[in-house]
Amino acid sequence: MNLTHILSFSIWTPIFLGGLILLLSGKMSDTQAKWFSLISSLISFLITIPLYTAFDFSFGQFQFQEFFHWIPAFHINYHLGVDGFAVPLILLTSFTTVIVVMASWRSIKDRVAQYMAAFLIMSGLLIGVFSALDAMLYYIFWEAMLIPMFLVIGIWGGPNRIYATIKFFLYTVLGSLLMLVAFIYLYLQTHSFEVVNFYNAGLGLYSQILIFLAFFMAFAVKIPMWPLHTWLPDAHVEAPTGGSVVLAAVMLKLGAYSFMRFAMPIAPDAAIYLKDFMVTLSLIAILYIALIALVQKDMKKLIAYSSISHMGFVTLGLFMFNSIGVEGAYIQMISHGFISAAMFLSVGVLYDRLHTREIADYGGVMHAMPTFTAFAVFFAMANCGLPGTSGFVGEFMVIMSAMQNNFWIALIAASSLIFGAAYSLWMVKRVFYGAPRNQKISALKDISWREFSILSILAVLIIIVGVYPKIITDMTNATTVQFLEHMQLIKPITSLPMDV
Amino acid sequence: MNSIYAYLAVPLLPLIASFCVGILGRKLPEVFASSMTITSVFFAFVLSCITLNQTLNGLVLNQTIYQWLLTGHYQFEVGFLIDNLTAMMVVVVTFVSLMVHIYTMGYMKGDPGYRRFFSYISLFTFSMLMLVMSNNFMQLFFGWEAVGLVSYLLIGFWFERPTAIYANLKAFLVNRVGDFGFILGIALILYWSGSLDYATVFKSTGIMAAHTMQLFGQPVNVVTVICILLFIGAMGKSAQVPLHVWLPDSMEGPTPISALIHAATMVTAGIFMVARTSPLFELSDTALSFVMIIGAITALFMGLLGIIQNDIKRVIAYSTLSQLGYMTVALGASAYSVAMFHLMTHAFFKALLFLGAGSVIIGMHHDQNIQNMGNLKKYMPITWITFLIGSLALIGTPLFSGFYSKDSLIEAVKLSNISGSHFAYFSVLVGVFVTAFYSFRLYFLVFHGKEKWRLQKLTHHDDHHHGLTPKDNPHESPLSITLPLVLLAIPSVVIGFMTIEPILFGSFFTKSIFLDIEAHPTMEYLSHHFHEIYHGPFGMALHSITSLPFLFALSGVAFAYYCYEVNLNLPKTIFNRTQTIYRVLENKYGFDSFNEKFFAFGSRFLGDKFWQIGDVKIIDGWLVNGTAKSVSKLAEKIRGIQSGYIYHYAFAMVIGVFLFLTFFIKI
Repeated sequence: MNLTHILSFSIWTPIFLGGLILLLSGKMSDTQAKWFSLISSLISFLITIPLYTAFDFSFGQFQFQEFFHWIPAFHINYHLGVDGFAVPLILLTSFTTVIVVMASWRSIKDRVAQYMAAFLIMSGLLIGVFSALDAMLYYIFWEAMLIPMFLVIGIWGGPNRIYATIKFFLYTVLGSLLMLVAFIYLYLQTHSFEVVNFYNAGLGLYSQILIFLAFFMAFAVKIPMWPLHTWLPDAHVEAPTGGSVVLAAVMLKLGAYSFMRFAMPIAPDAAIYLKDFMVTLSLIAILYIALIALVQKDMKKLIAYSSISHMGFVTLGLFMFNSIGVEGAYIQMISHGFISAAMFLSVGVLYDRLHTREIADYGGVMHAMPTFTAFAVFFAMANCGLPGTSGFVGEFMVIMSAMQNNFWIALIAASSLIFGAAYSLWMVKRVFYGAPRNQKISALKDISWREFSILSILAVLIIIVGVYPKIITDMTNATTVQFLEHMQLIKPITSLPMDV
Repeated sequence: MNSIYAYLAVPLLPLIASFCVGILGRKLPEVFASSMTITSVFFAFVLSCITLNQTLNGLVLNQTIYQWLLTGHYQFEVGFLIDNLTAMMVVVVTFVSLMVHIYTMGYMKGDPGYRRFFSYISLFTFSMLMLVMSNNFMQLFFGWEAVGLVSYLLIGFWFERPTAIYANLKAFLVNRVGDFGFILGIALILYWSGSLDYATVFKSTGIMAAHTMQLFGQPVNVVTVICILLFIGAMGKSAQVPLHVWLPDSMEGPTPISALIHAATMVTAGIFMVARTSPLFELSDTALSFVMIIGAITALFMGLLGIIQNDIKRVIAYSTLSQLGYMTVALGASAYSVAMFHLMTHAFFKALLFLGAGSVIIGMHHDQNIQNMGNLKKYMPITWITFLIGSLALIGTPLFSGFYSKDSLIEAVKLSNISGSHFAYFSVLVGVFVTAFYSFRLYFLVFHGKEKWRLQKLTHHDDHHHGLTPKDNPHESPLSITLPLVLLAIPSVVIGFMTIEPILFGSFFTKSIFLDIEAHPTMEYLSHHFHEIYHGPFGMALHSITSLPFLFALSGVAFAYYCYEVNLNLPKTIFNRTQTIYRVLENKYGFDSFNEKFFAFGSRFLGDKFWQIGDVKIIDGWLVNGTAKSVSKLAEKIRGIQSGYIYHYAFAMVIGVFLFLTFFIKI
């Protein structure tokens, strides 16, 4: 199989198929649309598999590169390529799309074809963001992917969806415009939109700081970092289950990925200069947001806050500037992709049945849904970082890396062991345990075969990454070394912290 | 058994059984669940015995199974360290687990969660085995948390009971507080030694001991910090004050797991961990002192609480807390082998007591109040005899297993030179009296005296504790319950006599436990006493008859006999005279209400304020929506200017031109 254009295929196949579904939507029944979408998402997923199997792990540079001149007047190129930081996220994206299509099988009743198409198109655009090596191309994908998400929340969302979508959109666009300014400045410096040229722009510290802050506005909103996070709980609460899953599993990763792709390597001195700032924000996210999550009354809001708290580990790990921190952050991203998806799907399972997300409306679900409860408890445990699940690996690595820097940073980060367990398990207690709260709950039906298979796929993945995280670090090791070398944080030959 | 994969079978057998039963369970008959898990644990037990035999012949195996993670210059691996310490733990764990599996067949009969229960206890066995067989801190932490998970699931096994689901959340969170310290300790170890492998870490202890770190403006030795952090983990798991609060509540779980998890195995993980990391603890007298004082407080004050309990399981739970305190004191005295020895004997007789209590509970139709029992020796002879054996072992009757471990322990504390050992010696000595008193208070109330359930009125017969009606006779439990009792009673009697010499004074632990004999010569003195004065285990028993611990134990039993057999009004009189003390004990020294008010309420209060003020009011209210509002307000104002009248625009233009000219045209 010729893999020269695999990235283009990965991007454009879902977009093309999604477009086709839109075109045919008038002529297809809902069932046909669902099956067509499922097959399309599976095809799109299968296309991305060679990215993993044919990837050269020992080589940290960009692979599968594609290059065409696109707008020569502005030196804008259609330049794609992936390294160890991009491949796992691309696979996560195409995989999540399959999950979302399956999960929306029954819960979406109107405009099914359009709904499914939106996710397919979004998946292609997201893969575009992860594989673009030209800043303008990246920017276009970045902005374009907002549109389907905007529509998903705005059309299929909850009662307060207009407020949520506008908040989501304005927050993101505000940041993105500053990023565009940074790109234009870099273009003027390097006469190119090539990311690789940006890396070697040789900027002074002052311009680096400005560039970094411009990027920060764009990426910190996406992650989201405190205090730019308030759009996320609203967006999650209003979004349909599928929207929440993609939002949490993939879209939040764009911010952290872009820090690794743009902000940190382009402005390395500024990143080091602003380390304390970034670390402080991350620690606030970990501790302050965890406490907020504790008192939430809406399950989705609780998980949204929990996401923000977990993403705090990602930024903390990145700005510890050592390989265990960077890779810990990376594993945390992937793991959060699985776990948050699973948790939002679990809420979806309950919501489909009782049409409420209020914790207070539940109680004793285990009585009627033992199998589902087993999954939910497992995912809650993964969410609070139980060893053996993927949730542990990232937190563990980031705490280890924080200790290399400072005892107190590690201490605050480790507090999530307590608070993460507190909010996750307190929710489990109130929703699943106890005597059934009312007739409706004792009459609940346990999960269907379809729901069972979705949740078990995610559970298996969570365990695989937890038991054998090397499956991910094998992909990122070489790129991490290169990343840290570029930032001049490690010398090519490393030594132990103490002579042993 | 030469390959590492043979040892891998020990933990994996229960895991596989657990998965099969857990996933397929509901489709298959109940007998499948019990027979599958019992078979797998039985084979695990057999393999453990083979392993112990091998290590007794000098095998020490430290081998990696697979690489878990590689990043930068750090690598983390999953692997096994098989030596005498591990082998002993593995045998104890699989044996008690096997007993509990068999017992469960009878105890959980007819429970709708029968299969689930078997799946959980097999999963527990797997986790505990991973913990004790680990050769590195990462995997230790895995087992550590995994046993916590299963404990959580099992305490909340009857998930419809509000008390059970309160207790399991509490247990998990309190344990997480301990783990919080534990993981920081692990992170410091990684930083200073570049690895989490025991062997590598213990080689680099010199570097840690030579460095200090600034904490609260004070330079503190790195080893001290690491040891105290690790011990905080042990305080959570092994229920030491002030992280002990979860253990009494954990009695909400079914009795078999109280025996397996909350008495014999999981709660001793902390003791095991400290013994395993003895090369670190030996380097810090401060940490040892800390360990000893915490242990001493737990040993005495938790024992006192056992006196006033009326729930049969809670008496034994406080007894467990107190005995864990004893083990911890031994650790502080650098008598790691004594702590491990007491851990082993305690595992047998405490599992026996719990399972006996379970048998009593079944006999009493799930009435757990000892004030409703009495004279059960007539109806439940096997339970009676085995329970008596367990109690005698617990209080340290000469020749019983508990005697050898506890007497050595007390003597080790007496000989210790660590600061705090005087207080600890006082605690453990008084603790002997307390232990004897509550044990035999329980024993006399349950097995002797009047048949009190016959006296009660039928009025309060509406709650979910069924209890006996006055006309009922309790019955002895079936074979599946009495067989484990008998099988546990045997080691409770003989294991101490048989093994004290090799374990404490022989070479059993020399390869596993590091001792700095110059700094902490306790074990040397102890060994000297044993060989030169007592001339062996029998002499030790003879000698003890004139010793303080024996007199204390004897007076405890005698006092219990007097109170509950002779002068039945005395307890009431004492109760009336000591209301204040009673109230303090009744409130369990106020730990629970403090935690409830300060930590549980405090963090919810803080979270609520952060949310309402930080997020909703400041960020969303002022910054986000505030910006939006001010933009729209501004727009409203500006909109007024766009009136559409030409003369308004003309006027504005004239003004504009005038201003423009004034500023820019300089005459």
